[in-house]
Amino acid sequence: MEEIFSQAVLIGIITSAIRLATPYIFASIGEAFSQSSGVVNLGVDGIMLVGAFVAYYITLTTGNLWLAVLGAVIIGLLMGLLMSFISVTMRAEQGISGIGLYMFGLGLSSLLFKVLVGSVQTIEGFHEMDIPGLSTIPVIGEIFFRNSLPVYVAFLLIPVAWWFLEKTTWGLMIRAVGQNPAAADSLGVNVNRVRYFSVCFGAIMASLAGASLSTALVNLFQENLTAGLGFIAVALVYFGGWKPVGILIGALLFSTVNAFQLWMQVLGVNIPSDVAVMLPYLLTIVALVAVTSRIRPPAALNKPFDRGEN
Amino acid sequence: MSANNSSSAPKRISSVEMKNIVKRFPGVLANTDVNFDVRAGEVHALLGENGAGKSTLMRQLYGLYKPNEGEILVDGRPVVFNSPADAIKAGIGMIHQHFMLIPTLTVTENVALGLTSSREPMLDLDVVEKKILELSKAYGLKVDPSAYIWQLSVGEQQRVEIIKALYRNAGIIILDEPTAVLTPQEVNDLFATLRKIIAEGHGFVFISHKLHEVMAICDRVSVLRDGAMIGTRSMEGVTREDLVKMMVGREMKTLPHQDHKEGEVRLKIKGLRAIGDRNTETLCGVDLEIRSGEILGIAGVSGNGQRELAQCLTGLRKSSAGTIFLDGDEITHMPLLKRMEAGQAYIPEERMQDGAIREFSVQENLFLRDHAAPENTHGIFLNFKRMSERTAEVVKQYNVKTPTIETPIKNLSGGNIQKLILARELSRKPKFLIAAQPTRGVDIGATEYIHQRLLEQRDSGTAILLISEDLDETRSLSDRIAVMYEGKIVGIVGRDGATVEQIGLMMAGISMEEAMKG
Repeated sequence: MEEIFSQAVLIGIITSAIRLATPYIFASIGEAFSQSSGVVNLGVDGIMLVGAFVAYYITLTTGNLWLAVLGAVIIGLLMGLLMSFISVTMRAEQGISGIGLYMFGLGLSSLLFKVLVGSVQTIEGFHEMDIPGLSTIPVIGEIFFRNSLPVYVAFLLIPVAWWFLEKTTWGLMIRAVGQNPAAADSLGVNVNRVRYFSVCFGAIMASLAGASLSTALVNLFQENLTAGLGFIAVALVYFGGWKPVGILIGALLFSTVNAFQLWMQVLGVNIPSDVAVMLPYLLTIVALVAVTSRIRPPAALNKPFDRGEN
Repeated sequence: MSANNSSSAPKRISSVEMKNIVKRFPGVLANTDVNFDVRAGEVHALLGENGAGKSTLMRQLYGLYKPNEGEILVDGRPVVFNSPADAIKAGIGMIHQHFMLIPTLTVTENVALGLTSSREPMLDLDVVEKKILELSKAYGLKVDPSAYIWQLSVGEQQRVEIIKALYRNAGIIILDEPTAVLTPQEVNDLFATLRKIIAEGHGFVFISHKLHEVMAICDRVSVLRDGAMIGTRSMEGVTREDLVKMMVGREMKTLPHQDHKEGEVRLKIKGLRAIGDRNTETLCGVDLEIRSGEILGIAGVSGNGQRELAQCLTGLRKSSAGTIFLDGDEITHMPLLKRMEAGQAYIPEERMQDGAIREFSVQENLFLRDHAAPENTHGIFLNFKRMSERTAEVVKQYNVKTPTIETPIKNLSGGNIQKLILARELSRKPKFLIAAQPTRGVDIGATEYIHQRLLEQRDSGTAILLISEDLDETRSLSDRIAVMYEGKIVGIVGRDGATVEQIGLMMAGISMEEAMKG
């Protein structure tokens, strides 16, 4: 039993956790923007699937990862525009439109995969990039500085997102629109434009989250590749209190549990794999219950804005 | 020194004119051919009942609505406003009745919202803060720029709103019912501030239905009735009676207050405490007695525990300590239904939230409470015949204006909804009635009617607790007035026992002895 928690295994778990946190961070930071402006997008998982497939397919056919990222950005933007149109312009119930978007993304990605690819094939994804100087530090270097580009970008996104939301005029507008759209409107802020921006940014991030999964973590695509990861990303936004740092903590918590259960399976520890796979999801519920008391969602979350003229 | 005199600031506008404005909403003509103008250096009152079209008219001047016909001139030049951004750019500011502030942001952030920063895309909160302090000093608007809005009193929040408008160099500022939430002293402070701002060359539109305030601060008055402009006059030589006649279209009879026949103690509250929504104690030991045949009025600025008091008495909120007796029987922990059966009735503050179900018909709303009473049922079935007969009767008796008894209640005016709620609550001949803000947002005609019914109810022996933010209403209806501040009763005075100023001081937390000296 003691070799299970040897140093090598611990480093392995932490290294996996860092890598596995990547899609959570992309998707949750994006969703935090969307929700800070007052729009819950439950379609994250669907957007991730479409983004994952598009990036995978472009890599499979052209081998060009940059083109794959561009493709994911464009498909994310299109999904974001669709969500914004339904929930901001048409003022539809956000929960329902998000679930619709999820079903659409799940169906579309599965269909395209069957028609265009057919069988599971691996691709040459993002390679690990050693950061010169830092990667040779014992333990630390191994864990933090020998990752692929999407992993670095995800972790850089945390301070950038914080800076944007807290320190820029657009960040202030996003937060204001999510708290009291009528007040923002009365100061000449274009509420719909701010919400379109936030939802579309969120969708692009979700799409990139999917792309990071298919081109940097598993280097393949299959039906329902995300397996509900996008829904956990939505939960992480609540857990993190709509703050990038809170989201980072949440993402690491879940990815660590995930990495732990993966390693337990690899090492052949005697727990049924179905139970192990359930662990992160169980943790979602427990963690959400634990933080409910301090949850203060944006006051206008889930509320379409209408000036009341018509 | 005003910040506006610095050479970099653009010139301020000096007049705004609205010509032949027509605004239609589906099924409603909100403004018909209205002319209105306001100039720098004056306060122009816009007077009218609820629903007369005052706010609608001003929302067009602020770019929130677009007029169907007519034009708006700024300094003589025609303009078209597609959004508040255009109106702000043209030099118009508006302070809404419900403040347009974001509680989770600081004063500075609220002011900076929507402005172009000097360091785009970065915020320049230090620059904004500096200018707020300048404005605050120049106009005597005391406010802490780094405080969060949720930490501020209502009076302070209003100052933030004024600063927001001044910061954007508004020449003409629209004030929508600015005194509704203030104590009499705060109203005086506000007026002093307004005079200072006017002296600097700004102009105000003052939307109100409180005549004495209009008489106190305004230079000109325009009266709207049913969407049409009745007339514009200089305040000189205008009397209160003239204004009422213009507003209502007829003369109002003043309510003769007859002395009540006081009975035995109906309701007795001892040491009542309760925790509010924000998890802090909002009722901190309230003692009250209300006698049969008496109206006890609660005066106080909203948010000082009045809502929680009403909720504890109805059973909607659990009290944390203290006792409540009705006719000598303890009801402190009695469930709501039992209390209603014991003779308690409730007119809730939030009419559409707690008093009626929007989508339900007039009839369904009338029977929300007594649908299970034996006379309204056949076994497990509702007796629709009897219910519709009764509804028709009540609608006639209480003069509820509704197309049919099947009409969804949301289509009725505030006054008619309130009359229906009153009918429902009085139908069981209550021993004790809680009336919370019974005439808020209700037109003058319906207000008059509701007051009359409350007094009749009192005379028939009901003990009434009247909670109102309208001090005039409290003073004219109540036999005794209890002043509430921060969850406590500051003092109780007889109906003629204290002046408005004395009650105002008590509303601000000054002890009764101190207040009575003043």
